[in-house]
Amino acid sequence: MNDDTIALRADGLYKVFGRHADEAVIQLHRGTPRDELGAGTTAAVIDASFEVRRGEIFVVMGLSGSGKSTLIRMLNGLHDATAGTVEVAGERITDIPAKRLREIRRKRISMVFQHFALLPHRTVIDNVAYGLEIQGVPLEERVARARKVTEIVGLKGWEEKHPSELSGGMQQRVGLARALAADTDVLLMDEAFSALDPLIRREMQDQLLELQAELGKTIIFITHDLNEAMYIGDRIAVMRDGRIVQIGSPEDILTNPANDYVEQFVQDVDRAKVLTAESVMRKPRAVVHVGAGPRAALTTMRDEQLAGAYVVNKDRTIVGWVSDRDVFDLVRRGEKDLASVIRADHGAVATDTALADLFIPSLEAALPLGVIDHRDRLVGVIPRVTLLAALGGEPEAAATATPRPDPLPAEVVDEVLEAAVGAGAGNPKEAI
Amino acid sequence: MEFRIPVGTWIDAFFEWLEDTFSWLFEALRQLFIWMFDAVDWIFATPPALVVVAVVALGALLARGWKFALGAIAGLLFIMSVNQWDNAIDSLALVLVAAFLAVVISIPLGIWAARNDTVSKILKPVMDFLQTLPAFVYLVPALGLFRIGVAPGIIATLIFAMAPGVRLTELGIRGVDKEVVEAGQAFGAHPRRILRQIQIPLAMPSIMAGINQIIMLSLSMVVIAGLVGAGGLGGDVAQAISALNVSLGFEAGLSVVVLAILLDRFTASFGKGLGLYSRWRRSYVAKKEADQQARFDAEEEIARGGRRPVATV
Repeated sequence: MNDDTIALRADGLYKVFGRHADEAVIQLHRGTPRDELGAGTTAAVIDASFEVRRGEIFVVMGLSGSGKSTLIRMLNGLHDATAGTVEVAGERITDIPAKRLREIRRKRISMVFQHFALLPHRTVIDNVAYGLEIQGVPLEERVARARKVTEIVGLKGWEEKHPSELSGGMQQRVGLARALAADTDVLLMDEAFSALDPLIRREMQDQLLELQAELGKTIIFITHDLNEAMYIGDRIAVMRDGRIVQIGSPEDILTNPANDYVEQFVQDVDRAKVLTAESVMRKPRAVVHVGAGPRAALTTMRDEQLAGAYVVNKDRTIVGWVSDRDVFDLVRRGEKDLASVIRADHGAVATDTALADLFIPSLEAALPLGVIDHRDRLVGVIPRVTLLAALGGEPEAAATATPRPDPLPAEVVDEVLEAAVGAGAGNPKEAI
Repeated sequence: MEFRIPVGTWIDAFFEWLEDTFSWLFEALRQLFIWMFDAVDWIFATPPALVVVAVVALGALLARGWKFALGAIAGLLFIMSVNQWDNAIDSLALVLVAAFLAVVISIPLGIWAARNDTVSKILKPVMDFLQTLPAFVYLVPALGLFRIGVAPGIIATLIFAMAPGVRLTELGIRGVDKEVVEAGQAFGAHPRRILRQIQIPLAMPSIMAGINQIIMLSLSMVVIAGLVGAGGLGGDVAQAISALNVSLGFEAGLSVVVLAILLDRFTASFGKGLGLYSRWRRSYVAKKEADQQARFDAEEEIARGGRRPVATV
């Protein structure tokens, strides 16, 4: 039951404020909408269940009033759950004695706040060491540890300043450092970057991702900003009116919204930054094996009406590409080996490249852009029409789009035009 | 139609019962109050007046700066010049004792009320009652329970002055940024520790305002307490009323004003960062922090191998 890979589990969580809370939970369970509970009873969180895996960034996204702040406060017991359970590292934290709950907060789960919540009468280093102080770590050691973390978040040289002397971004770094210094497995972040201006926010997001990659913390991040959720989240839970309406990876949410609400919500997301090459790529129509002769290659291209094809090894690792004309020449000269005409500049991109970074490679590539996995195997291609369709929000449209045929070869056109003039078919100006 | 609720009779009976049942307690309190008053009075009355003036002026300089020090000297010399020094010292001692007791009772009550909604709901009307009941009314039962002298003055003053202390303490603690308190909880701090390390320090301005209010109300009540033989400036004011003595009334009254201004400015300056003391403290803290920072930076450099630690012989 207590799977080691699960850092935190919430099961059937309800939070109802006001009178008759328990009754309200029963009603909600039966399906009564939350606005029919009667005056004075507010359901903030309704039947929330999810699991957060170790080392993952789990984002809870919702507009204000969706219950996300209440939800996060139930995960460390700042709010009691009206019903349901929360487990941290396999241990229940709902309905346990206050003393035990405090111990769990000290050792297992720390928090970063929207408005930083620093102690204004203490210096940066003392703020960072606060969690350690409560854990009972001796002064020398906690200062040493706090200094390390202060340096990690980039506040070296500011240790003895007071929070009021710091900018918002720096204050939140102190908040982050305080949570990191406590050295808990789970980090709760309540709209941690929402109070910062956009440039600083992006910087902090990048820093958080770096830290997470380095330290492997489990992070539960609350935000109302979908772009932020998409940027930092490994998985996202979308909340609306107290309920979790969808849990999935950013791409899941974007490409398979669970309902109209989520769909509307994700409309404004910058798809180019969230979707990756992998999510839009198609199966290559044809590839040429490096050992195959020119005749086989030309046949393949003719059958698929392609002007070129990627060349791969037996294990599908990419070698390069060939054009139909080069291969045509080889066949005419009767050569048996393809190697002389393989071009190495295939320009293939990695599977996790964001759409935004595909445009220029796509322009530069002679063929539909190749996509390779971490072992250099060609796993797909992205024709330009597919790229456009994905940006438009309907990747499937590309399948039905008919590409414009290649123009007629110039000499053929010339021939026909000359023939027409020769026949005296009229003034060329009229034809225009 | 003759309809009357005998509230007065009931309350009278209640106080008589109190007096009969707890006379030992009131006697003990009376002795305690008198002892405290005598002690404080002795501190101010024993040294020569000019020494007291000098000490107060020094205190003013430390707390608020030289302007206030000059003002304090001028004010105290005025009191001496109208021959009200001894009265003023008596009143000051009364105020300090009553205000001290009021602070000792009201701040814990305020903290309790801030942390418990039920307590808050009960205390609120009680405080309203204590504050709005005309001040003179306290004196009557106080006289009955404590007999004439400083004791009824102190008890009436303390009850009258308590309310703002309770209120402003509760307000201050409830007004502490909720997120900061949550931060304490989220890191697993015990509620007592949150109170000590977060709530009280952050509520300090409000609590200090409460203490200031307590002292000001105490002073106004102490004057009224002159009516029950508590003496001091209030005694002279009461005497001036009964004798229609305008000059005595104003001399004593103006001395009260001087005392009020001094007490107000003193208590209002706590925690505001004015005066010499705060300046010294600030530079001391800044120096300590700069030293610490320099030590951190040096250790950092040593750790990186850029500089060798200075060998100690």
